[in-house]
Amino acid sequence: MNDPQDRIDNQSRRSFVGTAAAVGAGLGVAALAPGLHLIEVSQAGTARSPGEAASNTVRWGMLIDTTKCASGCDACVKACNTENGINETIKDARQGSQWIRKIELKDPKNGREHSLPMMCQHCANPPCVDVCPTGASMKRADGIVLVDRHICIGCRYCMMACPYKARSFVHQPLTEQNPEVPRGIGCVESCTFCVHRVDKGQMPACVEACPEGAMTFGDLNDPASAIAQRLAREPSTQVRADLKLNLGVRYQGI
Amino acid sequence: MTFMKQALVGFAAVLLLAPALAVAEAPKPALKIENPGQCIAPAEEMRRNHMEMLKHQRDRTMRQGIRGEKASLNECISCHASKSTGSVLGKGGFCQECHSYAAVKLDCWDCHQPKAGQKHAGVAGVKE
Ligand code: HEC
Ligand code: HEC
Ligand code: HEC
Repeated sequence: MNDPQDRIDNQSRRSFVGTAAAVGAGLGVAALAPGLHLIEVSQAGTARSPGEAASNTVRWGMLIDTTKCASGCDACVKACNTENGINETIKDARQGSQWIRKIELKDPKNGREHSLPMMCQHCANPPCVDVCPTGASMKRADGIVLVDRHICIGCRYCMMACPYKARSFVHQPLTEQNPEVPRGIGCVESCTFCVHRVDKGQMPACVEACPEGAMTFGDLNDPASAIAQRLAREPSTQVRADLKLNLGVRYQGI
Repeated sequence: MTFMKQALVGFAAVLLLAPALAVAEAPKPALKIENPGQCIAPAEEMRRNHMEMLKHQRDRTMRQGIRGEKASLNECISCHASKSTGSVLGKGGFCQECHSYAAVKLDCWDCHQPKAGQKHAGVAGVKE
């Protein structure tokens, strides 16, 4: 594909050393405080300075180790709901917003069980963006897939197109929104990787809340990031990899 | 004939009174500036152009991820929210007071929280 995101992705893998140097220079802290730099990268990624746009040299991603994910634990779901102000009472439970959900799987052949969180996979080639008639469904330069609710008309094509059932539609008026997370009636919404936190250099709420440390968040394009290092060394899977959507969320142990 | 004359006089009276009535019916909005100081631009320019500023800011933040710029809606709210109700809406609310006067209705508040300092719930047990 001719997607710039893809090119950057592949390029960074090919020219590992070159990109590492460029990223170091971009941060401008490598020489001064290498220790600090490492901590910054591993904890929170890079908070952009005010006025700076998201850049496609970064691609945000998440690695979920399902072997650590406890069945019945929903700390990530609770944290997501608190952070994003998903607190409304719903008349019809099927219509409730769900930015992240827990799935319990069982292999019928051998009885092996898995528990895992499922949410927007932040595809590099997102079908939701392809089908959107208004351009509301969008991928930010740094790979975060969002709904621009200012131009969303609520048609819900994207909900149909998403192979991961990751999007919800708001059916009723809301009043208790978190100021940092506007959401409201008539629009589609989904996991934003907590974009308002990531832009401040913080972790998504679910990652921070996971008691098992099963979720790792970071820049897939930065070879020094914890996530890129683990992906380089350990096996991982993309759910429905056959669709070739190049997912930002990767799983281990499934 | 007298009837026609009376009608004409009456009509003229209505014409003369009309401007006075219009002023009486719609008093200027009483805007309360809660945090004296300066707006992000001179008041004159704000009155005319705040909608354009907000729409540009909206796209820059939403689509390009640019943060910390001056025409942020959350910043308007934190500076302009009423100290008694905490909101920019409601009776006497800064945004609503003027918009009711100008018969403008915004859909922004379907999603955007009109109250400033609404306690950010955050993640339980984690300090920011
Ligand atoms: C259907 C929901 C919805 C509606 C209606 C809506 N917004 Fe937004 N708005 C959002 C979301 C979601 C964001 C992204 C928040 C973020 O990532 O920080 C946003 C962000 C913004 C931002 C950038 C963040 C900030 O605080 O400066 C501005 C400006 C903005 N909107 C202005 C408006 C204006 C003006 C209106 C009304 C004309 C409006 N919005 C209506 C959902 C909405
Ligand atoms: C730092 C605090 C602050 C912020 C942020 C701020 N304002 Fe203001 N605003 C003021 C003050 C103070 C005045 C009165 C200025 C004057 O009278 O010269 C004012 C005046 C105005 C006026 C003119 C009111 C009149 O007298 O007719 C408008 C309209 C306005 N602001 C809208 C906005 C909008 C929209 C935003 C967000 C994009 C915003 N303001 C952000 C402090 C602020
Ligand atoms: C001095 C009066 C005044 C104040 C105060 C004021 N507005 Fe407005 N606003 C207007 C007028 C008049 C219009 C309509 C302009 C037009 O239709 O051309 C408008 C339009 C808007 C629009 C565009 C609406 C649309 O659908 O296109 C937005 C967004 C907006 N105002 C936001 C705000 C916010 C947020 C505040 C409070 C921080 C605020 N305004 C305070 C007078 C005001």
